[in-house]
Amino acid sequence: MKREKRNYNFILGAGLILFMLAFLLIGCFFTPYDPDAMDGGAKLAGPSLSHLFGCDHFGRDMLSRVMKGTGTTFFVALTTVALGGGLGIFIGAFTGYFGGWVDEVLMRFNDAVVSFPPILLALVFISLLGPGKYNVILALAIVLIPSFARITRSEFLRQREMDYVKSARLMGASHLRIMFVHIFPNALSSVLSMAAIGFNNAVLMEASMSYLGIGVQPPDASLGRMLSESQTYLLSAPWCAVFPGAAVILLALGFSMLGDGLVKKGGR
Amino acid sequence: MKYLLKKTGTLIITLIIVSFFSFLAFSIIPGDAAKSRLGTEATKEQVEMLQKELGLDKPVLVQYGNWLKNFVTGDMGESYSYSMPVQELLQDKIPVTIALTVMAFLIILLLSVPLGIFTAQHEGQWLDRVIMVLNQIVMSVPGFFLGILITFLFGLVLKWFTPGAYVPVSESFFGFLGYLIAPSAAIALPRCAMGVKMLRSAVLSQLEKDYVRTAYARGNGQRRVMYRHVLKNAMLPVLTFWGMTIADIVANSMVIEQVFTIPGMGSLLIASISNRDYPVTLGIIVLVASLVIVVNFLVDILYGRIDPRVRVRQ
Repeated sequence: MKREKRNYNFILGAGLILFMLAFLLIGCFFTPYDPDAMDGGAKLAGPSLSHLFGCDHFGRDMLSRVMKGTGTTFFVALTTVALGGGLGIFIGAFTGYFGGWVDEVLMRFNDAVVSFPPILLALVFISLLGPGKYNVILALAIVLIPSFARITRSEFLRQREMDYVKSARLMGASHLRIMFVHIFPNALSSVLSMAAIGFNNAVLMEASMSYLGIGVQPPDASLGRMLSESQTYLLSAPWCAVFPGAAVILLALGFSMLGDGLVKKGGR
Repeated sequence: MKYLLKKTGTLIITLIIVSFFSFLAFSIIPGDAAKSRLGTEATKEQVEMLQKELGLDKPVLVQYGNWLKNFVTGDMGESYSYSMPVQELLQDKIPVTIALTVMAFLIILLLSVPLGIFTAQHEGQWLDRVIMVLNQIVMSVPGFFLGILITFLFGLVLKWFTPGAYVPVSESFFGFLGYLIAPSAAIALPRCAMGVKMLRSAVLSQLEKDYVRTAYARGNGQRRVMYRHVLKNAMLPVLTFWGMTIADIVANSMVIEQVFTIPGMGSLLIASISNRDYPVTLGIIVLVASLVIVVNFLVDILYGRIDPRVRVRQ
């Protein structure tokens, strides 16, 4: 078996994420211009030293807007994964550990949900909840629950038969303690790679929904909305599309590489 | 035969459950359709009359039964915002979405199978590495951004097609297909990348198996081992992936239609979500969901045909 010495996916993915994180964290405290300030004289101005990423059709500085937008996207992805992942892990841990008919029913339901394209499910929830940043988070979190539940369940199912769990039980550890102190750390590597995939999905879906105009609403800067606005001026101001798009790709790419790297790290 | 019957049973049950929950979600949760249709000025009597007329005074299960009966016969209710039957709205949008899906799927098949086999055969060589790096990047590009890039490069700079100048089927069949090439490529490429990655790793994991060595030992050439033995097994996980891809294409075509201003089901769905036009939303969602379920069913059947182990195990 050939094996690469270095886990390039992990290193590059982590590097990309750190880079984007630095980019958006700076954006939280400092942007070169006010992202909402319009400068009539700089409408659709190309990239230059004073406006590195150029300006949009209102003369707003694209660099500042991309910084803010990346922040919004990351915030949505983070809360989505925390919420959906947390619930999914909880459900998966309980059903995997205890089994029984609740497990059967939930997993049948899960199988049915997983076979639907995530973006379609997200659209269903958005149409019920209405557009908006927090509804997008809620919708995407619900969409992520089944995949987290599934992966946690299979890990718990495998681990609960192992000797260390039996000895812990003999020593009188409670079920909750066994689940979260003993088993969970062993399941962590697969849960973490799932989290990276979840981040990747959340970034792409948030961007798509904001692009469709049913995601993050103005005045919040959002990469998807910038992309949809850029289309009108595509020929005269392609930079309005390229930079927000690049930000989405770098975020998604970083997380997908990180996920692959984590799989390799935890993998046998 | 038993396998087929069992799967068909599951299919029908799933269809009923999914349609019931969708019905529940879009007809009961949004509130009283009669009240929202008549507005705030309506008297109690008027509301009650309309409720009776729409069958809203009956139990939920009866309402669902009626709706299902109508839906199966092609009557999907009336749109709030267009005041015309939903099925008429959908009539000329469905073929557009289907054409888009079929074209995107064909692109995926034609690109990902040869590339997947090629990269697996040349694992670790420079061309494999280049393709895999490109692959990883393409996978992370959201379809709609790819659509924008294609519009810019091929539409505006190279002028191979005119962005936004959609050609209806009724006008010119080939013009219609021609306009759909760019959007279907935009949908297909990220999934193509996934397909290549999937097929490559499936082939690689099969190549390590003992039967491959045996096949070589019996004097088979590389070509014969690959196409006769390895691919047969490697295709199994990929087949499931393709089934999911079809569903995924349909869902993502909703976004891509917006990029290329194609008047398909997607644009209608987005508009009806924004307008809170629940009958239209419900109709489209149930249609697409049924399609997803039926495709998964067909994949399961096909799976059973190709791999008899599946039939026996279940």
